[in-house]
Amino acid sequence: MDYFIQFLIVFAVGGGICVIGQLLINFTKMTSARILVIFLLIGVILEAVGLFDTIKEVAQAGISIPITGFGSTLAKGAIKGAQERGLLGAIVGGTEAAGAGLSGAIFIGFLAALAGKPKTKD
Amino acid sequence: MKADKKEQKEYKKLLSENMPKTKHVSTILRAFFTGGIICCFGQGIKMLIGFILPQAEEQELGGYTTICMILITGILTAFGVYDKIGNFGGAGSIVPITGFANSIVSQAMEHKREGVVFGICSNMFAIAGPVIVFGITASVIVGIVYLFI
Repeated sequence: MDYFIQFLIVFAVGGGICVIGQLLINFTKMTSARILVIFLLIGVILEAVGLFDTIKEVAQAGISIPITGFGSTLAKGAIKGAQERGLLGAIVGGTEAAGAGLSGAIFIGFLAALAGKPKTKD
Repeated sequence: MKADKKEQKEYKKLLSENMPKTKHVSTILRAFFTGGIICCFGQGIKMLIGFILPQAEEQELGGYTTICMILITGILTAFGVYDKIGNFGGAGSIVPITGFANSIVSQAMEHKREGVVFGICSNMFAIAGPVIVFGITASVIVGIVYLFI
């Protein structure tokens, strides 16, 4: 039952974030790159202010699977780096922490493109 | 001048009548449903990884979850399934991290014909590029600000 409620919250929060994105698409005709950037920056700001972890305790994957989670990872790494290693940490910390997403996406994207058939745009 | 304005008004009316109407309710519901499902899927994967690696820290779990989601998206995109999810879910398929991965993989596949270096590699980041640039810039700014607090 606990799991059920947990998944329900994840579903509601994750879905809610996507609804905001859909509203942006419907009413402002934004492209997907802009929407991704906006949510990423929201994640960075929430993390920098310290709110992200509070939300994440309740919403879990509902907020960390949307791109806001990627932004939070970047900011968290930078903050940790700045506190532990000074200036160098502040500069490299974010990229280091987000490496899982970046390297993974680049690696898999490259392999998939090499292996797959070229798509025709429809 | 007056006639011009009247014409403009009429033209706008004509335009709005003939433009394909966005079905707000249906697109929003579908975005909610798709986004919710993807997040639940991520939560499930995270729990599974937590079960396999009981000692893993929160950050490690998050990293593995992200990689799994990206891997699954890569496979789904390569087989053209993610496009169908995208057609159905709209923003529900864009906003999650899977949308970020999909934008890289689909751009890379689309430009394969133009060659490996100038096709795949240079077009990969057409959509993801701004995200990476803004993300890394913002993280460096946050890091430097935290140096002074």
